[in-house]
Amino acid sequence: MSADATVLPAGRPVKLGLDRDGLIKRLFMVLIALYLIVTLALPLYAMMSKSFSTYEFELQRYAFQVSDGEGNWGEPVTAAELNARLGLLDEADLASTSDGRLAATELFPDFNFRSPVRYRIRGTVEDAPYLVGLEYHNSREWQEFDSNTFRRINLRPVRSIGVQNYVEYFSTPSLVSSIRNSFFIASVSTVLTVGLAFGFAYAMNRSCMPFKGAFRLIALMPILVPSLLPGIALIYLFGNQGLLKSLMMGHSIYGPIGIIVGSVFFTFPHALIIISTALNISDQRQYEAAEALRTSKWRTFWTVTIPGARYGLVSAVFVTFTLVITDFGLPKVIGGQYNVLAVDIYKQVIGQQNFEMGAVVSVILLVPAVFAFMIDRMVQKKQVALLTARSVPYSPKPKRGFDMACLAWCSLIGLFIVGIIAICQFAALVRFWPYDLSLSLNNYAFNRMDGGGWSAYTNSIQLGLLTAFAGTVVIFIGAYMVEKVQGFAAGRSFFQFLAMLPMAVPGMVLGLAYIFFFNNPANPLHVIYGTMAILVISTITHFYTVGHLTAVTALKQIDGEFEPVATSLRQPFYRLFSRVTVPVCLPAILDISIYLFVNAMTTVSAVVFLYSTETNLASVAVLNMDDAGDIAPAAAMGMMIFYTNAAARLVHAFASRSLLARTQVWRTR
Amino acid sequence: MDLRKTSVAFAAFAGLLAGGVAHAQTELTVYTSFEAVDLERYRETFEKANPDIKINWVRDSTGVMTAKLLAEKNNPQADVVWGVAATSLLLLKAQDMLHPYAPEGVENLDPRFVDSDNPPSWVAMDAYVAALCYNTVEGEKLGLTPPTSWKDLTKPEYQGHIIMPNPSSSGTGFLDVSAWIQMFGEDEAWAYMDALHENIARYTHSGSKPCKLAASGETVIGVSFEFPGAQAKSKGAPIDIIFPEEGSGWEAEAAAIIAGTPNLEAAQQLLDWAITREANEMYNVGYAVVAYPGVAKPVEHLPEDIASHMIENDFEWAANNRVRILEEWTKRYDSKSEPKD
Repeated sequence: MSADATVLPAGRPVKLGLDRDGLIKRLFMVLIALYLIVTLALPLYAMMSKSFSTYEFELQRYAFQVSDGEGNWGEPVTAAELNARLGLLDEADLASTSDGRLAATELFPDFNFRSPVRYRIRGTVEDAPYLVGLEYHNSREWQEFDSNTFRRINLRPVRSIGVQNYVEYFSTPSLVSSIRNSFFIASVSTVLTVGLAFGFAYAMNRSCMPFKGAFRLIALMPILVPSLLPGIALIYLFGNQGLLKSLMMGHSIYGPIGIIVGSVFFTFPHALIIISTALNISDQRQYEAAEALRTSKWRTFWTVTIPGARYGLVSAVFVTFTLVITDFGLPKVIGGQYNVLAVDIYKQVIGQQNFEMGAVVSVILLVPAVFAFMIDRMVQKKQVALLTARSVPYSPKPKRGFDMACLAWCSLIGLFIVGIIAICQFAALVRFWPYDLSLSLNNYAFNRMDGGGWSAYTNSIQLGLLTAFAGTVVIFIGAYMVEKVQGFAAGRSFFQFLAMLPMAVPGMVLGLAYIFFFNNPANPLHVIYGTMAILVISTITHFYTVGHLTAVTALKQIDGEFEPVATSLRQPFYRLFSRVTVPVCLPAILDISIYLFVNAMTTVSAVVFLYSTETNLASVAVLNMDDAGDIAPAAAMGMMIFYTNAAARLVHAFASRSLLARTQVWRTR
Repeated sequence: MDLRKTSVAFAAFAGLLAGGVAHAQTELTVYTSFEAVDLERYRETFEKANPDIKINWVRDSTGVMTAKLLAEKNNPQADVVWGVAATSLLLLKAQDMLHPYAPEGVENLDPRFVDSDNPPSWVAMDAYVAALCYNTVEGEKLGLTPPTSWKDLTKPEYQGHIIMPNPSSSGTGFLDVSAWIQMFGEDEAWAYMDALHENIARYTHSGSKPCKLAASGETVIGVSFEFPGAQAKSKGAPIDIIFPEEGSGWEAEAAAIIAGTPNLEAAQQLLDWAITREANEMYNVGYAVVAYPGVAKPVEHLPEDIASHMIENDFEWAANNRVRILEEWTKRYDSKSEPKD
């Protein structure tokens, strides 16, 4: 390029006039960017501001008047003056939560409920709430009470803005310990998962072991179930009545051990896919060179294989770490007393109705997720193409000993995965574990239990289909506009940023942010709160990034020349889009839709704050039935999700094959 | 002229129609935490007695329901809550979210089941009473003796064999803690919980789970309440339901009108019906203790004298001290797996 530039004089920079097509494209891009702003950026902002919303007892809002025994009233005095005079309460005492109460008698150290003294209280400003007993009062008129009633008066805090919630958080040891716990769990699980997945991927790509196809299917099974399911399986395997309890050697499965084992199960396929892709791309010639140089296998492994796969490994590490630290279902089911951040959010919001503290924990959980995401992005940018036109794809040669070792390794992992799923199915069919092991379908009588019954299951399928359809349309059009629009660089990179952002936002955080943003009567979008629409929107946004990347990758394969050619032939872009782009990208489009469907069926974290009675979901039902102690029905519902997802996968595979046969003939020569 | 006449006639007709429809059937959005199994039966019984009102249930567990109601404070969606813990309704009352109303015949109810203010902000239907679920099979295997009192639970033999709900996320857990403090006094109650904590295997988020875990042998003793115990027994679980001799904390399932409801009349009608004798007989199918004296018949697997185990529960004290108690509890016990310092 630079050589050309010296030969030819730099001409006037070519600037395409904005024709109608270009305008429509930009309009679409702006629309989808707006969608992402409304469904992601604004809710997150609402959550951030909620975390700074505090409650305080504001003493200057109240005035008191006290009489002596004979009924002579003293001078009115504000509570703030009383406190300043007597030095009773410091700032920390005045900090509170939305449900806080401050007994009025705290301001009167010599208070005695038997004394004949009478008390008056009034607000000095408009908003000065207090309770008499439990009766709500808020007025600027004097109210008079005898001393026996006065002891039942509690001042109520009013809302203000400050960092108090964060101060409170960091001075509560049981909350802060969750940060350490979350990091510990995520780190250990990541090391284990990436190690196991690397071995598995290595065996799949670099050995000639038999049954590779079967192993691939098995390894991907955990994607089809909610992350709570391994937790339930572990209870039946290693709980107090578990089949393999003796293996625990007195340790409890409820706690870090359970969370780690379960996390390895549900993150395994994610790590495997990434590492497998990295190992798949390797150049036979490098290994031949190593062999020619008589390099030991060990050395070849560390100097050729690992460096070749290092970007995949880094990516797998960060993806696994983020999945574990943001997961909520598994520690909820099997975590016992081991507190982690994601469960803390749930406990604060659902258990204590402390939305402000829930927002604080969310912000804290957002930090590691965003960091992991940024580091991963930075590393990935450095990746250079390993495969060039001259590369020779690696093809393994049979080596009996090595292949058998690989088979053993994969069999062990495969047994673990199949075992977890199988035990769930067994437990779901048992009449009354462990006292009556006869089989029955009692646990499938979902209508008699918490969690929403069979309609939760049909709702989930509806959510899956709607998400798959609407999500694929939005994501693919967004990716097309950002990839194929000319110029508008600043807008495009901003769009890219928006599209990548969902990856860094944990589901719990997204769900809570949606409450704050959409459940606000002042918000015109309030109407979707409590409907299926908000579930669909939250799920699309939650899983936007992976779909977007898939679409962009597919679109990059299409030569950029198509658009100018279409323009010069005076064909509108939508004709090109429907006649060329969509058919060519059909495999990617199908992949995005199945990805969205499966995740909509299994996700718990975002939707747990957003479902309503009419829109109960199967995955949430698993959670709620487990919470109520109906563990076997929870397993039964979890298995329904598994079978549905497996069936959807089959349909997808079949549809892909037949559609590909029709539309992708051009790929084969 | 004609046009005006027609439009007037049309408006009158439309008004008649609207009025007629409104009169024919008012739809009430009712938030509830009644057991899922009971909902359909309750709706049918109610609508048979009140054909002019249609109930739209919105059901969830107590904690979620309370969070939902509080979140909707400035834009309430519910007309009535029916079957939500009285303690939760007290939270709403303290936020001025309830419309006080004395239902017809409220004087017939046991006064413990009615808000102490006049007019009352809530009236209760039934109570659930704290109880222990004791797995006899696992107890025998381990050579344990069944406990008879709360104090028994601190015996060293039960170490690691007790599960109780976490009071900061379960209403049942809170009623236990609040009852201990009311019965034993503040200092003794915390000393008791310190000792109890040593024996607790773990705390759960829901109140029925400990009993179901005892029923399936995951633990020997589940601190819970009577309803899931009776349910598990009828499924064949080898458990005994024990009411500790010191007395049990309890919680009332109550009803209230949400302030600002556009359907006030229908809401009042619902409350009127909800405390009738007929309604109380309906609650009695699952609940052994109901608000209307003399109605309760024994429920299968439960003793007849449950009501006598109920302590004097001071709802006002519990509501006003809730935040303080939970803070203290969390500080002491909420990180069980952490080394104590």
